[in-house]
Amino acid sequence: MSGSDPAASGLAALLRQAAPSRRGFLKVAAGAGGALVLGAQLPALAAETAAPKAMGPADPRPNLFVVIAPDNTVTVLIKHLDMGQGIATGLATIVAEELDADWSQMRSAFAPADSKLYANHFFGLQGTGGSTAVANSWDELRMAGAAARAMLVAAAAARWGVPVREIGVAKGVVRHAASGRSAGFGELAADAATLPVPQSVALKDAGDYTLIGNPALHRLDNESKTDGSAVFAMDVRRPGQVTAVLARSPRFGGTVKGVDDGGARAVPGVLEVLTLPMGVAVVARNSWAAMKGREALKIVWDDGKAETRGTAEMLADYRKLADRPGAVATDRGDAARALAGAVRVVEAEFTFPYLAHAPMEPLNAVVELKPEGGCTIWAGSQFQGVEQMVVAGVLGCRPDQVTINTVWAGGSFGRRATPNADYMLEAAAIAKAYGKAPVHLMWTREDDIRGGRYRPLFLHRVRAGLDASGNLVAWQHRLVGQSFLAGTPFESAMVKNGVDETSVEGVSDLPYAVPNLAVDLHSPPSPVTTLWWRSVGHTHTAYAKEVMMDELARAAGKDPVEFRLALLKDHPRLAGVLRLAAEKAGWGKPLPAGKARGVAVHQSFGTYVAHVAEVSMTDKGRMTIDRIVCAVDCGQVVNPDVVRAQMEGGTGWGIGHALRGEITLTGGLVDQANFDGYHPMRMSDMPRVEVHIVPSMERPTGAGEPGVPTAAPAVANAVFAITGRPLHDLPFSKAGAV
Amino acid sequence: MIRLTINGQERAVDVPEDMPLLWVVRDELGMTGTKFGCGVGQCGACTVHVDGAPVRACQTPVGTLAAGSRVTTIEGISGKAAEAVQAAWRKLDVVQCGYCQSGQIMSAIALVAGNRNPSDADIDAAMDGNVCRCATYQRIRAAIKDAAQTMRA
Repeated sequence: MSGSDPAASGLAALLRQAAPSRRGFLKVAAGAGGALVLGAQLPALAAETAAPKAMGPADPRPNLFVVIAPDNTVTVLIKHLDMGQGIATGLATIVAEELDADWSQMRSAFAPADSKLYANHFFGLQGTGGSTAVANSWDELRMAGAAARAMLVAAAAARWGVPVREIGVAKGVVRHAASGRSAGFGELAADAATLPVPQSVALKDAGDYTLIGNPALHRLDNESKTDGSAVFAMDVRRPGQVTAVLARSPRFGGTVKGVDDGGARAVPGVLEVLTLPMGVAVVARNSWAAMKGREALKIVWDDGKAETRGTAEMLADYRKLADRPGAVATDRGDAARALAGAVRVVEAEFTFPYLAHAPMEPLNAVVELKPEGGCTIWAGSQFQGVEQMVVAGVLGCRPDQVTINTVWAGGSFGRRATPNADYMLEAAAIAKAYGKAPVHLMWTREDDIRGGRYRPLFLHRVRAGLDASGNLVAWQHRLVGQSFLAGTPFESAMVKNGVDETSVEGVSDLPYAVPNLAVDLHSPPSPVTTLWWRSVGHTHTAYAKEVMMDELARAAGKDPVEFRLALLKDHPRLAGVLRLAAEKAGWGKPLPAGKARGVAVHQSFGTYVAHVAEVSMTDKGRMTIDRIVCAVDCGQVVNPDVVRAQMEGGTGWGIGHALRGEITLTGGLVDQANFDGYHPMRMSDMPRVEVHIVPSMERPTGAGEPGVPTAAPAVANAVFAITGRPLHDLPFSKAGAV
Repeated sequence: MIRLTINGQERAVDVPEDMPLLWVVRDELGMTGTKFGCGVGQCGACTVHVDGAPVRACQTPVGTLAAGSRVTTIEGISGKAAEAVQAAWRKLDVVQCGYCQSGQIMSAIALVAGNRNPSDADIDAAMDGNVCRCATYQRIRAAIKDAAQTMRA
C-alpha cells in the first residue's frame, strides 16, 4: 500500500524538478505527469499555536511534504524514520485530516535526507528520537494538508465557475452541491499546481476531525510487512553489491596490533581483507563467505587502552564512588538535615545492568560511491543530519554529497541514533577502502550483542525520610553511571555543570511534593560504549523512584495509590493516569492469596503513563504476570490504535528486560553473544496488556518511549506486596523470581 | 550445482553445501522476505516451510535438504491458512517494525494449518521460538486465534 522507495514511485523525478524552484508551493505540471507537489515555505497559520520555537533555518527551497498524483494517490513525505513506531501512518493521518482525503488514497514515502528542509525542529538537524516526531510535525503537516486542500478547491472553483465558498471536500472528493459537480483530487492536481499558494490557512477544529483520533484506520505499512515485500536496508540489492563484515576488538577500546589474513583470503567468495582503524573488514561475494572469512582471520589485539574490568569490578568501583558526593543535579531545601530529623528513613541501593538494544534487524547499510564524489547510502537512517556530516568527513566531500535513502528500519530502540554515526562511519570507510563496488556492511547478531552502545550500567543509592505522620519530608538520590553524551557534539547542549541530563532525568525533576530534594551524579568514564536506549534515563530512574515510593508507602502505613496521589496535587495529568489505571485495574478489590497488584506512574517525553500489574507468586517464589493495565495521556491522539500498540510494546520492552535482560563483562569480555545468552522476551512471557487513553485537547506528545518506564516497577511493586521483599537488583532473574 | 524446489520452481545454485538455506534464498535467489535475525536458530526471523513444516533456514545447510523437498518462503505462501493468517495480521494491525513478521507468519501458518483451535499453551509452544523485539506478541496471539476461527468457519 505504501511505497517508501522514491525512485520506484517516480517521486525522485518530481523532487529533482522541485529543487530549483523558489517561491511558495511548487508548480509541477508538465513533465511530472500533472502532479501537485506541495511544501513550504508554508503559509502562515490563521490561528495562533504554540508551535516549536525554532522552525528551522530559512531555506529558499521548498520542503516538500505532499504529492497529489493524477492517479488520485496522496503521498506524504515522511522526514522521520519509521522503526516500527508507526510514524509513517501518523504523519500521513495529519495531512489526510486537513486535506479531507480518503484514507485509502494515502501513501507514504521517506523524505530525502536534508537537514535544511527536513530538520527535526527540536534538534535543528534531521533526525528521529526522544518521541518527538508527531509533536514537531503537527503544525507543519496540518498546514501542508490545509494548503493543498485550499488549492484543490480553488482549482475546482475556477474550472466550474463557482465561488470557492460553495465547494466542499470530503473523503477525497471535491464537490459543488448546487450543481452536482464533483472531482477527485487527481483530476484537479494539475490545475491546482498552477495556482498561487494561499497566504494563510485555517485549520480544523478538533471537533471536526474524522481521521485524527479515529481508531479504525489501518497502518500504511500493514500490507508490505505481512507479505515480505517491505524493503529494509538488509534487503537492498545494488548491481555488483558486495557484503562486508567487520572484526572489531573483543574488548572495548582495543585496537588492531597485527593480522594474519591468509586463512580469510583462502575462503571461496572472499574478495578483499582490509585493515582499518575500527577493525578488520572482510569483503565477499555474499554474506556466508564474508562471515566464514571473518572466522578465519587471526588478529592480535592491543588492549593497552581497553576496558579490562568485569561488571562486578565496575560495580565495586561505582559503590566506592557512591560514598562521596557527585555533581549536583538538584538541591532543594536541605535534604541531609531533613533526613537527620526524620522519624523513619528508608534506604535502598539499586543496580541496573548494561542492556543491548538488539533490534531484530542487525545494523547494516549499503554505501555506493558516486563517481563525482560523495556517495549514496541506503539505511534505516535515524540521524540523517549527523550521518551526512560524519560520512562526508570519511569521504572528504560535502555533507550534501552524501545522499541517504531512508528505508524501513527493523527496530532501533535508540540504537540507530548515534552521535558518531558509528555503523555508517564503518560502512563508508569500508566502501572507500574497497572502492570497487557498492558495499553492504552487515553486523551479525554477535556483533550487535557484543558491540556495545548499551544502556549504561547504573547504581543508585537513595535515602528518603518520613515524619511522624508519614509525610514524605526528604529525598536524597545519588546515581553512578556512564554519560554517553560526554565527548559528543551533544555535550554542550545536554551536559550542564558535570550533569548529563539523560542520566538523571526522572529523578532530578521528582514530581512528588517533597520539600527537601538532593540529587547528584557520578559519571565515571569507561571504554565500554553506551547510548540512549528506549526511554533513556527513565529506564532506571523511574524504577528506583517508584519502587522507593512503595517502600515509603509501606513504612508510612499508607496505600500506594493514595500515598502517591497525596503528593501529586500539583501534577494533575500524572494523578489523572494514576487514577485511571487504578480504577480500570480494580485497585483495592481483594485478590486470592499469592496474588497482588503493584502500581507505578511517571512522566517522560511530555507523556504521562501509569501501570498496574497483577502478579501471582508460586510457592517457589517465581512470578507470573497475570495482567497489566496501562493508562496513558499523550495529549491529542493522532492514531489511537498506534498509541495502544506502542503502550503494549513499551510494556513488553520494560518487562522483558526486567525479567532476564543483562549484559555482563568478565575481564572486559562480554559474556553474552546472541539471543541464547541475552534473553529476549518471548510469547510465553507476554502478559495481557490493557491500554486506556486519556481524552485530551493538549498538544500531542510522543508514544514510542513513555510506555517503558513504569512497566517493570509496577511488577516489582506487586512482588513486594506479596513477599515484602523489594527487588533492588535488575534483572529479576537475579533474585530467582523468574 | 545444488538443485532445490522453492516456491514451486526448480532452481539451481552454485554454492557450497554448508551454506545455510537462509543465505541461498536471500543472497543467491534474491528473495529477501526471509530475514536474518540471529544466525543461530534462536529468533525465528528466518522461518520457512520445508514440505509444509516450519524450519529455521539459518540452521539448514542447503546440502542437507532431502532430494525432492519443497521449500516455501513468505513470497510463495498460498492457501487457506496463509490467507487467514495474513488477513488477521492486517485486521489487527499486528506489525510494528515488521522485520520478524515474515518468520512469525510462517510459524503461525504452520500452527493453524495443523490446529484449528489452538489454546494459549499451543500458541506459546508454537511461537516461543519467534522473537519480536517490538513485543507485538499480544496481537500475534489474537491474530492466530482470529485466523484459526476463519479456518473453522
